[in-house]
Amino acid sequence: MASNKETVGKTFTVVIILCLVCSIIVSGSAVLLKPRQQANAAEAKQLNIMETAGIDTAGKAIPELFAQRVKPLGYNLDSQEVTTFDSLVALEQATSDSAMMRVSPTGQVAGVRDLHSLVPVYQIMDEQGATDAYVLELRGAGLWGMMYAFLAVEPNGQDIRGIYFYDHSETPGLGGEIQNPRWTARFEGKPAVDANGNVAIAVKKGANEAQGEVDALSGATITSNGVNHTLQYWLSTNAYGGFLAQLSKGGAN
Amino acid sequence: MALSKDVKKTLFGPILDNNPIALQILGVCSALAVTSSLDKTLVMCIALTFVTAMSNLFISLIRNHIPSSVRIIVQMTIIASLVIVVDQLLQAFAYSIAQELSVFVGLIITNCIVMGRAEAFAMKEKPGLSFLDGIGNGLGYSAVLLCVGFIRELFGSGSLFGYQIMQLATEGGWFTPVGLLVMPPSAFFIIGGLIWGLRTLRPEQVEAKES
Repeated sequence: MASNKETVGKTFTVVIILCLVCSIIVSGSAVLLKPRQQANAAEAKQLNIMETAGIDTAGKAIPELFAQRVKPLGYNLDSQEVTTFDSLVALEQATSDSAMMRVSPTGQVAGVRDLHSLVPVYQIMDEQGATDAYVLELRGAGLWGMMYAFLAVEPNGQDIRGIYFYDHSETPGLGGEIQNPRWTARFEGKPAVDANGNVAIAVKKGANEAQGEVDALSGATITSNGVNHTLQYWLSTNAYGGFLAQLSKGGAN
Repeated sequence: MALSKDVKKTLFGPILDNNPIALQILGVCSALAVTSSLDKTLVMCIALTFVTAMSNLFISLIRNHIPSSVRIIVQMTIIASLVIVVDQLLQAFAYSIAQELSVFVGLIITNCIVMGRAEAFAMKEKPGLSFLDGIGNGLGYSAVLLCVGFIRELFGSGSLFGYQIMQLATEGGWFTPVGLLVMPPSAFFIIGGLIWGLRTLRPEQVEAKES
């Protein structure tokens, strides 16, 4: 058996059979586990959105709670129109189908490369069905890679309810502290934009907290700058600014 | 059931006598990356032990049919398939940890321990023994990683498995975390220290001086 295993024919046979078996195993596991993985990913996203808005999710079924308390909206950056969607899936589909837009210079500073004209907004309802908050989706470059965050604003479209960086690749213990609740708590209650629609929030060293600024993380200058640029871009009129202005006028439908 | 001497040596030898990290200095890269917290470390250890054991088993099963001209590619194919399966399983059943480990699970493919054991052991030995060798080397890797992870998480963040053991000074406690320990290079120092300790206890592991 071992004597003739070095022939060309035998080599090809072994390699082809091995590749077939391995590809069946790999594709089998990918296909069989896919529904579970997608459910996990969707649930994680729903959980993050609700936690950012401060909904108590402990011990509740996430998909049901999300359907009950969150209304997915789409805000069109071109036409400034707000559309309502039935589900997260429908919103994601519409977002990726919408036309690509030019990213403004401030967006490029924040590290945003491609931008769809439809951006997601999650309208959070309280138990009585009244609007409780709006959650926006932000992203921007940190030190090692993109940082993804949800930002919850009060229904008046001005004050920050909470911010949560749900995905990033910053250094644990330094830049990774952007996830630290003690740091993100400093954003809470601060104005995101002022009455004229200018971005009011800022992250900087030696910040004046009384004037609505947030102190940068020590040992994580580039990450902190990244967070600052991200906020400056996404809250400006180039991105969610128009939507926030509609909210403060009370004109969001 | 008494374990035969061979089995014992294959299974437990790699933990102290022939540790893949401390003696063979293999697989150090992942030891740096995933040891900042113990839960990540533990999942990584389980994943690596599984991949090493299963790849050793499968390679040993077909070792008489692998043509030597393509043996490395054959080994890589088997290892890569197993790693993808592990990655898929983690994403399905341990989603949050899979998100944190992300790229490092994929990098098990290039972990020298897996390749090294496949080439050095599984290509020559019977499937059962090869499987145990994979488990043993996985355990040796885990022993070192868990030590490093324990030290780094306890003194770097004051917690173990995410539970706060020592109250941090930044949160009103007394403990000032050692900033160096949260950075990957600190694992080098700890592994270096472990190797030094091990070789002091077992002088036979010291390499002969090059003349």
